[in-house]
Amino acid sequence: MLIDTKYLGKVQIEDEKIIQFESGLPGFNDETKFVILDIPGNELMQILQSIQTPDLAFIVTNPHYYYKNYTFKLDEPIIDSLNIQEEKNIVILAIMTIQEPFHLSTINLQAPIIINSKNKQAKQYILPYDQYEMKAAISFPMEEKGV
Amino acid sequence: MLILTRKTKEAIRIGEDIEISILGIEGDQVKIGISAPKSVEIHRKEIYDAIQVQNNEAAKLPKDIFTLFEKESEG
Repeated sequence: MLIDTKYLGKVQIEDEKIIQFESGLPGFNDETKFVILDIPGNELMQILQSIQTPDLAFIVTNPHYYYKNYTFKLDEPIIDSLNIQEEKNIVILAIMTIQEPFHLSTINLQAPIIINSKNKQAKQYILPYDQYEMKAAISFPMEEKGV
Repeated sequence: MLILTRKTKEAIRIGEDIEISILGIEGDQVKIGISAPKSVEIHRKEIYDAIQVQNNEAAKLPKDIFTLFEKESEG
């Protein structure tokens, strides 16, 4: 199907690529269908684009790129609701809040997007403890100095 | 809003399968136990609200955001 997107104009997508957020995302509870789009020339980030609302799109990234030791335990309700059978089917993405200049951008580690790649069911999972920040930095003073 | 007064170890039942118990009170903190079906999501309100705000901020990026990436890579 052909969809209108926020950043990439009209894009042709395959129906089997559609990701279902059964209860939407916090703040967007009616938005249940999304697709992940690649950004030309950018391998680090992708776009989580709403199928229903062309203007709604999040920039997402693999949180492990910025935080190698990022780990958390999925609780039973989310494993059940996404019907996760095998760990290898789990895809984890973090929503980015892009700022200008770019190095001030943050990623939300407290509420990652969890996708079961097998059945394309997804959910924004709010970690039940405060181990990670929802505005985690993507650059660190050491890197800025060019060390 | 329905307002009920409960003592420690007393509980409230909501519908068929949700039970909220007052486990203890210490100063201005109340320890609450919640029994609910797995499908019912339970969050601390301020955290849920903050995630909503963060999602809204993340979704409000300008459409020309990619020129920003280009600018950075040139710089």
